[in-house]
Order: sequence, then C-alpha cells, then structure tokens
Amino acid sequence: MTQFGYPVLTSLIVFPVVASIALAALRDPRVTRMGAMVAACVEVLLAIPLLAGFDAAAPGYQFREYVSWVPQWGLAYSLGIDGISLIMILLTVGLLPLTVLCSWQYISQRVTAFHVCLLLMAAACIGVFAALDFVLFYVFWEAMLVPMYLLIAVWGGPDRRYASIKFFLYTLAGSTLLLVAMVAFYKAGGTFSIPELSAQTYSFRFQFWVFLAMSLAFAIKVPMFPFHTWLPAAHVEAPAAGSVVLAAVLLKMGTYGFLRFCLPMAPQASTYFAPYMIALALASILYGGYVALGQSDIKKLIAYSSVGHMGFAMLGIFLLNMHGLEGALLVMLNHGITTGALFMMIGFIYERSHSREMADNQGLGKYLPAYMGFWGLFALSSLGFPGLNSFVGEAATLFGAFEYSTLIGMLAIPGAMLAAAYMLRLSLRMAWGQPSSVPGAVDDHHGHDGHEAHEAPHGAHGHPWSDLGSREWTCLVPLAFLALWLGIFPAIAFKVIDPPLERLLTEFRARQAAPAAMAQSDGRAAQ
Amino acid sequence: MTLRFDLLAPELTLMAFILAVFCQTLFSRSQPRAGVWMPYAAFVTCLAAASSLGAEGLEFYGAYRIDALSQFFKFAIAVGLFIASVLTSRNPELAERHESDYYLLLSLSAWGLMLLASSVELVTLVVALEISSFSLYALVPLRAERPEAAEAGVKYMLFGAAATGVSLYGLAYLWMARGSTYLDVLMSRPAELASSPLGILGVTLFLAAFLYKLALFPFHFWAPDVYQGAGNETAGVVATLPKLGAVVVLVRLAALGPHGATDAGSVSLLLAALSAASMTMGNLMALAQRDVKRILGFSSTAHAGYVVLGLVAGTAEGLAAASFYALVYLVLNLACFWVVSRYSGDGRNLTLDDLSGMYARAPLLAFTLGVGAFGLVGLPPTAGFTGKLFLLTSAWGHGYDWLVIVAALNTAISAFYYLNLVRYAYTGEPSSCPPSVAPGVAPAAIGALLAATVLLLGMIPAPVYEYAAAAGKALLP
Repeated sequence: MTQFGYPVLTSLIVFPVVASIALAALRDPRVTRMGAMVAACVEVLLAIPLLAGFDAAAPGYQFREYVSWVPQWGLAYSLGIDGISLIMILLTVGLLPLTVLCSWQYISQRVTAFHVCLLLMAAACIGVFAALDFVLFYVFWEAMLVPMYLLIAVWGGPDRRYASIKFFLYTLAGSTLLLVAMVAFYKAGGTFSIPELSAQTYSFRFQFWVFLAMSLAFAIKVPMFPFHTWLPAAHVEAPAAGSVVLAAVLLKMGTYGFLRFCLPMAPQASTYFAPYMIALALASILYGGYVALGQSDIKKLIAYSSVGHMGFAMLGIFLLNMHGLEGALLVMLNHGITTGALFMMIGFIYERSHSREMADNQGLGKYLPAYMGFWGLFALSSLGFPGLNSFVGEAATLFGAFEYSTLIGMLAIPGAMLAAAYMLRLSLRMAWGQPSSVPGAVDDHHGHDGHEAHEAPHGAHGHPWSDLGSREWTCLVPLAFLALWLGIFPAIAFKVIDPPLERLLTEFRARQAAPAAMAQSDGRAAQ
Repeated sequence: MTLRFDLLAPELTLMAFILAVFCQTLFSRSQPRAGVWMPYAAFVTCLAAASSLGAEGLEFYGAYRIDALSQFFKFAIAVGLFIASVLTSRNPELAERHESDYYLLLSLSAWGLMLLASSVELVTLVVALEISSFSLYALVPLRAERPEAAEAGVKYMLFGAAATGVSLYGLAYLWMARGSTYLDVLMSRPAELASSPLGILGVTLFLAAFLYKLALFPFHFWAPDVYQGAGNETAGVVATLPKLGAVVVLVRLAALGPHGATDAGSVSLLLAALSAASMTMGNLMALAQRDVKRILGFSSTAHAGYVVLGLVAGTAEGLAAASFYALVYLVLNLACFWVVSRYSGDGRNLTLDDLSGMYARAPLLAFTLGVGAFGLVGLPPTAGFTGKLFLLTSAWGHGYDWLVIVAALNTAISAFYYLNLVRYAYTGEPSSCPPSVAPGVAPAAIGALLAATVLLLGMIPAPVYEYAAAAGKALLP
C-alpha cells in the first residue's frame, strides 16, 4: 500500500481493463470514441498520485504492493517502481489519450474492438514496467502480444497479415527463451522476486546462458540488428495509433529488460558480452540510418530511424558507465515522444493523401504550414538538434561512448550524421518539394514522374489540402511542449533517473569484483 | 471388511444415473430426452465429486485406493462429463432414437475413467480401462450416415485393441518379475524393479495402452483421423476425457521408479524422448492442417508431450503440475470444441476458411476460440500459461533441462497454427458460403463461461492447484 491509502499501481493497471470491458458493451462508434477518451483521461488522472508521491531521492522501489499469488510456487503479485519505471509508465499513460484522439477518424471499422485493444495494451504495458515479480513481468510481457497483434492484423494496411504474424512469431519465439531463463532463475535463486534475484550471485556459467536467453528476447523487442526485420513491417502496416504505441512504449520494454534483468542479474556475463552488444548496437545505429536514407515510404523511413535510435539506447546501456546509462534512458524517453509524434503526424497526412509515399506528400509547406511547422520541430528533435529533447540523450550517450573508448565514440558519430541526412532529406521534400498535388486540381495529373497508376492520392478525393484541425492540434501540442521542455530543462529527467541508475551501477560494479574474489578463493581451495 | 459408501460417492452417484439412462434405453427411448436431464445429472455428479475431494481410504482388498490424486481426477472427469453432456445436448448428427444410447455410453466411459483414477492393481486398471474404452469405441461411429465416422470408429478400436494387447503382455512380464500386480508391492523396492530388465520391459509395454489413450508419439496416429471422422461433439469427448484417465495412471506409475537422467536406461528417459518427439511431431504436423479438428488432433499430441514433462521429473511438484495441466487441457480443449460444434451448426467439419468472419457472426464464440487457442499456446493470463509454467519449473534441474528448452521452443512453433485459428476468426471477412445458422444466445453464453473459466484458472490458479499439489504429495511424500 502507499501513502495514498489505495494501491495506485494496481488502479493504473486494472482501470483500463475494467474500462475496456465496459466499452465492449457499446455499439455506437461515436459513443465508443467518447467513452475511450474519457477512460484515457481518467487513466491520466489516476497517474497523478505517482507524480505527487514519488520521491526521487528515496532508495529502492516505491508504491510497493505485495499479494501472495500462488504460494506453492512462490509467485506473488508484486508491484513497485523506481525512477526508470516511473518515466516509462508516465510515457505510456500520457500517450494513451493522444492515441485515442489520433485514431478519431483514422479508424472507422470495428471501432469498439479497436479501443478495447488500445486500453488492454496500455494496461499490459504499465504492468510490464511496474512488475517486481519475474512471472508477473512475463505475464504482462506476453499479454501485450495479443492486443498488439490484433491492432496490426485487423486495422493494419494491405500487407497486415504478413506483418502481424511476423510480429507475433518473432516476439513469441524470443520470449519462450525468456521463460526458460525465468525457470532457471527460480531453481537457482529460489524465488521469482526481481529485487531478491538481483541481489544474489550466480556462477559465471549460469550467467552466461541466462544472459544469452534473456538478451535474445529483449534484443528482438528492442529491436537490435539483426533481429529488427519485424519492425519495419509491423510499423508500416500498423494503424497510426498502433505505430505510436509500438514505437513509444513497446520497443522500450526491450531496453527496460536489459536494465532490469540482464545487468543486475547477470553482471559478469554483461561485462563479458558488452563488446559484442556494443558492436551490434553500432551496427543498428549505422544500418538503421543507412537503410532509412534509401526509403521512399515515409513510415518505413521513420521505422528504420527507430532501429538507429534504439541502437543508441543499447549502446548507452552496454557502455556500462553513468553517462551511457543516462543517455540510454533519455533516448528511450525522448524517442518515445519524438517518434510517437512523427508516427502520429504520418497518420494525419495519410488521412489526407491516402498515401505514405514521399512522392505523394511533397511540397506541403505551402498548403499545410502548421503541419509542416510541427513536422519540422519533431524532425529536428529526431535528428538530435541542440535545444530539443533528443539531443540530450544522444549527447550523453556519445559522452559515455568517448569515455569508454574514442574508437566507439568515433564510430557512433556517423550514426548521428546519418540521422540528420535522412530526416533533412525527408523534411525538405515534404516541405518544399515539387508539390505532388494542387488543391482542387485532381484531374490535372501534370505528369510528375508518371508513376501514379493508382487512384490519385491527391488531397483527399479532390478536396483541397486542409491544415491541422483542432483535434490534431490537441494531439501535437503536448508532445511539442515536452520536446522543447525536456530539451531546455533536461535536469528534471536527470533528477528522476539518476538515483536508480547510480544504484544500479554501484551494485553492478561491486558484484563485478565480488565473484572474482570468490572464484580466486575457490581456485585456492582447489589447490 | 465393510464397504464405506461415503468414499465412493462420485462413482455411486454416476452409477445411479447410468442405470437410469440404461432403463431409458430399454423402455422409453425419446421421452424425456436424455439430452435434457443428463446435463443436470452430470452436474450432480460434479457436486458429489467435489464433496469427496478430501476423502481417503483403501477398498476392495487393496485394489482400489481413494486418495487426493484419485479424487482430484474424479472431479476433473466429472467436470469434463458435465461439459461434454451440455455439448452433446444439441448434436445435429445424432438421431433422436440414439440419444439415450449416446448418453449411456458417454457416462459409462466417464465411470470407467473414475475407476481408473482409483485403481492401484494392474488387473483392475486394465478392466477399468476397458470399461471406458469400449464405450468410446461405440460412441465414435454414432454420426448420421457418414462412412468416415465408421472408418474412424474401426480405426480407433483396432489401434486401441492392439495397444491394450501390448499392455497385457507387459502386465504378464511385470507379474513374472515381481509376482504381484499390486502397485504398492511393485513400488516397495523400486530400485530392484528398475534394475531388472524384465521389470523395465514390463513397465514399458504396460504403458502402451495409456500412451495410446494420451495420443503420445508414436501412438498418436489415430488422433487426427478419429477427430476428423467423428462428429464434432464426439471428437470433443474423445479428445478430452480419456486423456484424464491416461494421465492419472501415468502419474501413478511415474511414482513407481527412481528418477532423473542419471539413471541411464530408465523408463523416464524413454518417456522424455517420447515427450520431445511428441511435441515436435505434433506441432510440425499441425502447421500443415486446414481442418480445425485435425489441427486440434495434432495439438493434442503436442500437449501429451507437455504433460509427460511433469512425469519425467519424478517429483511431487512434477506430478502435481501434470495433474493440473491435465485439468487445464480438458477445459481449454472443451472450449475449442464447444466453438467448433456450435459454430458448425449442421454438424459438418469446419475448415479454417469456415471460421472467417466469426467475429461478426458470433462475437462471443470468437472470443471463446481466441481464449482457447491462446491458452493452448500458453499465453498469459490464460490457464494454459500457468499450467505450462508449473510444468517447466518442475522439470528444470532434474537432468531434463534440454526437454524444457525443447518444450519452450515448441511453444513458438505451435503459436503459428493456433494464431491461424484466431486470425481467421478475427480478421477474415465473412465468406460467401457461411455455416448455416448463427448460434443463439445460450451457446454463446456457455462459451463465454468456458472462456471465463480458462482466464480465472490462469489468474487465480492457487485454490485448484492446491488439490493437485495434495495429489502429488500423496504419491511422493
């Protein structure tokens, strides 16, 4: 229980589930949308106690809840958060009303089921970040698969069948090994409790194998090169809200898993594997950026840019120094805000032009000034422009990289440059390119490129391009505010994430040494 | 020795109903309809089984043990019989004049399984097995004027008879090795049994009939054919109830010998190999199927492999996990078969394409199928996950870690075809030739109840698992 007299975290998880059951009874799409919006806003209100009651300086987990679940197996319903989980939960909750809002027109089929999936998704994601029991974590981790699968498979684009199955099978295949690791931990540590498991020491051989099993699950989720192939497919086919949740929350579960499980529970193996993980992270950064440069589909471009950004987060984690960890966490948060906003905006433009191709969405600066203004802001943020949110995270990661080794730092720099290259190229064409449609003049194809065989995607069936409506403004303003605020005053984020990261790192380093001493004494005993 | 009737409450209750339905087959075949009153009778049997959950005792000259294990399984069998009775109450391919016969055979089979749960003497075991099997052999062809149902019946019986024959052969060897057919005598010096070639041969052969019932590789070939040939409702019965009987006997036998891979050449190593082969074969074969019942048939082979996971560990937890999983499997499969039989309307077999658009035509049935399928994958928060978690945890660290990894990887393989069921039901657009009628309110509501049971067992497994745990402890204290 907490100082608020009621289980705050449970209320955050249970409320969306209850709300979705209530929504399932509704039939009228308009009523459902309103209902979902109300539920999402209530969820935001329910998260206020977290902000009010969280003590950044206090050690350990806060808002603890503990109920024995299956006593015969030592399973417990155990929740609690530290600074790391707090920002991820706030991100999840904060995006919920925005995802409902940005699907207002986008989703016209099976509206009720869509919102049920969105709410269940949010509940599962919050559960993942709040769980302090390995099994409970796994339950939420897997439970999230089904609504996300349905979001892609039912409301997705033309190739949704392939994309959704690939997403499901890829993630499930990864998590089966996580299940095995979990079972192995239970037998080795005698408990499923995450804090208790993190406090114990395991043999290197054991750490080696569980690290591999867990990293596979988490690396697929991140996704890290070469396990990233499901991501572009899923992103491109998912509806706008699905892409937002996927980019902003789902991918973070992977990096969160590395921070919460791999580093504390397998410290020696983490050190052992760090160079390999750094190499893969660098590969993700460079490969993601390079492939993004070659995309003509805007959504695919942003999806590959996600691979690059999450590469930065992975790099930060396995640098195993304070700057790196801080940077990783900030990248996680800021990527959620910025890329979430970009995917939302792609949804908006798709509602107008019914195309995600760059060629069909060119020269918008003249017709959609407000849209391009926001786009410019988030694009600059995405490429790490100083003064905007992403810069802080990437800069901190790069500091960490140079601290680790100059070579690694030098190798990561081109990644940042590639981000500038593909984002500027995209934004340039979208804002000032040869206009792909003249409002009201649909019949006049004015033969640009001549490759437009399909129904002219010009300005929503011949209507002139219309700039952002009030609904869309409402979606973007909070994110734009956050992008600026976290860019100019990042100290607030540091204040929340520094204490848990410092503790993580201190314990990590302490346990680096301890087992080595133990191994030595073992060796002596053997002699 | 006096017989304590209170210990035998579930068996006696069910027997009374069997006699009643037998009288009906003799005198008044259609009025009152057996399909109307038998579900209530089965429900009363459930209550009787639940009331005797804590009973303990030894009856019939030590051949019949009432303990936590037997009572847990009798309860599971009674629950299965209840759901199966409700399932059969509307069987479009069953002529009205056959209805009372059908129920007689169905409940007689369940009765045999209840006896099986308590038998601790090999001859009694075989007799109980035959009571349950012969009723099922006769049940399978009861599908209106379909040659494939007759074929399925013949196939089921020939396979079954052969397997039982092998079992009897094994029984003879066991008797030769130890001079007794009582399990507790066989168990009294397990090391000796496990070290004598005759004993190992005997146990292995004796297992055949039960592995056949469980549809474990290589005794699984009948399952998809019989499921496909039998009526939807009958397949639901054949797929679930006999598995319980097989598991309970295997759990009892698994408590017999020493365990762990260290004991080379032991029966448990053989079981582990069969388990791995069964999961992999079942899942790979299911990937290629289009007929929903064939998918479920191969899935049952895969699940037989999972259950055996709990047996090879040879610990109390393992036996408890296997027992719990058997119950979970029963509910999951009955949920799936409920959807198949109710959605099919006129009783024909469903292919994956027939499921298209189910979300619009029967949303609650689609939900039930979704919960059932994801439960069979082992996704939380369904009971399939908790059951599988218990199984994997119990098997880890007893020399069979590789089997746990094989089982986990198989989950990933199986996800594809279970997901296919959900995909067609939820994302396919209604096909041009839909199954004849949209199901009414009652079938949807019962389906939703089954789905709720699956979710509840997944989220709050502790109260039910307690009984399974007691069963495990009773065998291996």
